[in-house]
Amino acid sequence: MSNGETRVSHRIASDAVAMFPVGISASETSVSDAATDSAPMALRESLPWDHAERVEAWGMNKAVLSYVYRPSTVAGIRKVFELARRTGRKVGLRGAGRSYGDASLMAENLCLDLTRMNRILRWEPEQGLIKAEAGVTIRQMWQYVVGDGWWPPVVPGTMFVTLGGALAMNIHGKNNWKVGPIGDHVREFELLLPNGEVRACSREENSDLFFAAIGGFGMLGCIISVTLQLKKVYSGLLSVHAFATDNFEHIFREFEARGDAADYLVGWIDCFAQGNALGRGQVHQANHLIPGEDANPAQSLRVDSQELPDTLFGVIPKSLMWRLLRPFANDPGMRLLNWAKYTASRTIGNHKTVRQSHAGFAFLLDYVPDWKFTYKPGGLIQHQSFVPAETARQCFTEQIQACHNAGIVPYLGVFKRHRKDAFVMSHAVDGYSLALDFAVKARSRERLWNLASRLNAIVLEAGGRFYFAKDSTLDSETTQSFLGREAMERFFALKSRWDPDDLLRTELSLRLFDGFARK
Amino acid sequence: MDLPWKRAIVVGASSGIGEELARQLAASGCQVALVARREEELNRIAGEINSTSPDNLARSFAHDVRAYDDVPELFQRIAQDMGGLDLVIYCAGVMPLGEPYNSEKDRLTLETNIMGAIGWLNEAAKRFEREKAGTIVGISSVAGERGRRGMPAYCASKAALTCFLEGLRNRVSRHGVVVVTAKPGPVDTPATKGLEKLPLLIPARQAAAEILNAARRGANNAYVPRTWRPIMAILRGLPSGIFRKLNI
Repeated sequence: MSNGETRVSHRIASDAVAMFPVGISASETSVSDAATDSAPMALRESLPWDHAERVEAWGMNKAVLSYVYRPSTVAGIRKVFELARRTGRKVGLRGAGRSYGDASLMAENLCLDLTRMNRILRWEPEQGLIKAEAGVTIRQMWQYVVGDGWWPPVVPGTMFVTLGGALAMNIHGKNNWKVGPIGDHVREFELLLPNGEVRACSREENSDLFFAAIGGFGMLGCIISVTLQLKKVYSGLLSVHAFATDNFEHIFREFEARGDAADYLVGWIDCFAQGNALGRGQVHQANHLIPGEDANPAQSLRVDSQELPDTLFGVIPKSLMWRLLRPFANDPGMRLLNWAKYTASRTIGNHKTVRQSHAGFAFLLDYVPDWKFTYKPGGLIQHQSFVPAETARQCFTEQIQACHNAGIVPYLGVFKRHRKDAFVMSHAVDGYSLALDFAVKARSRERLWNLASRLNAIVLEAGGRFYFAKDSTLDSETTQSFLGREAMERFFALKSRWDPDDLLRTELSLRLFDGFARK
Repeated sequence: MDLPWKRAIVVGASSGIGEELARQLAASGCQVALVARREEELNRIAGEINSTSPDNLARSFAHDVRAYDDVPELFQRIAQDMGGLDLVIYCAGVMPLGEPYNSEKDRLTLETNIMGAIGWLNEAAKRFEREKAGTIVGISSVAGERGRRGMPAYCASKAALTCFLEGLRNRVSRHGVVVVTAKPGPVDTPATKGLEKLPLLIPARQAAAEILNAARRGANNAYVPRTWRPIMAILRGLPSGIFRKLNI
């Protein structure tokens, strides 16, 4: 056996046979003595080249080659599982591919893309209960229900995520401290286990799987349908109040003061500001309208009224926007944009209240289509940390200072309030989160990753947590520390039970849990 | 050397430039799949690399480059084992000595130097084109620029390789794939042992370092060492009538 094999078995779990597919010449089999000792030289087939595709992290910071399958039925998903077993490969689950990092990538193995599982299976407009397949996007869902006066209880900053992905990451919105993550609104979901069996999971039935597969980043099975309780809305509009904040002290004070009255709260941070202005930014508070406040609710609830405009200022096609932003995709340019935004928020937009559609307020990330292309060619990473209220201010201040010390300033900072939840692999805390967008540049990539390690250490020190949908930089030690031994053991006991062959894997799981999963 | 690749295949890694390339790639922290016919040599080299690197970066795959049909499957397997692929170097080459008119020998030269290269590098280009990334390096030779009296078949094989690599580059560079044609002059390897008249002879270690450096820069054509560039410019320009009178 060549020494290289040790590394191989390290990567692909205990399935040595997989490494020796059909048709290897006789002289080569001796290279693999150790593998063939433990298992007969099984004939395995190669994967068909016409399924090979480049699959990219949403942040464009990593891309891999995978064999992509897009089944439209549960039987189709089962076939992909069978193909994986037959060829000794792993399966990485992927929804819309909107995770910033490697959460839906699995290099050289099968990528199970669920976007064609996109049917709405049941809709009860009286109760606001919807059952939909996992590949249905938030966009598809809100467009389907909004006319009946319902809105998803939790949405992320983009409407293009799938429900399956939303559950696997247990997404949160700008109302997390009030209503919890999406998992808190799931009545039931169906999970296709790697053995082909379908289990209905709810708080009553298979509750261990319910609390672990939500937030379980696609490791326990493939979510095939979701039943969700939506939120009744009287109007298609929200009342949105915006104002500038001077620094972290100010924004924390405002969030504390407004927590009870607001339905949604989100802060923007100008990360270039330092000294007394460190943490300066702008807050948007949104509230649902009460009956009577909107004279024409049926009109505001039309999909047309919700849609984001195609142009900026009524003239510039938004599809061109990212190209216009490109000249600013550098430190001086972003310093200028951040300054301009802050100055505008202090002057023309300060303490103004406007009516905005749900979609317009919720999906800020969709305002500029393909805005991530501004970050080409290196892409971007986001570092989002969730820190308990007691330590958050100090922790966020240290983070921004660490960025300045490293000479790498985030181009965008977003601030939110959170609360704890009951899911096993939870990222939430009773506190605050700060999300920082960093441009990845070839010449400073290593420095950026070093800075991220430093930020991770600051967060850990403050008792904080991390979110797999955003992560690109954690290591296994930090991950296991923030999750804690008990959660890890609970989760991996379920993993061993329901996926004993370790069929479901992703680059993220290899990066963060390889050591633990083996024990 | 600080190199940008994480996973590489070196075909023809059991000695000479290929062995050095594998060692230097591993020394930079890159996983390397060593491919060659001679299994014992491969295992020895992989073993030596792994005894000095903590991560067992090297693995060996015995394969005869003339077994063209085996390439796609072996290629997929190697990529799976390493979790991806960033660099493929085709370094396998023979320069058999002996009697001048021996078609058997010439066929071996062409099969190894060009047909084997086409087998492996087509596979690499096909993959990298779809992946929109990757680096391909072919080790051609200054010998591919003129037909020399001592080795017509060898010169023809390298001329074909140079032209093949150029065509491949023109095909895949628009997809973000880098194709590098390395053109070493004489290099101190088992292939040149016992040969006389080896101008500008350099050690394999130096040749490998220069080739990796050129690949990192994304050079189209890299003469190794660079001194060959002006020399070959002159030699290429010589009229055939004069070139044939020279004793080279």
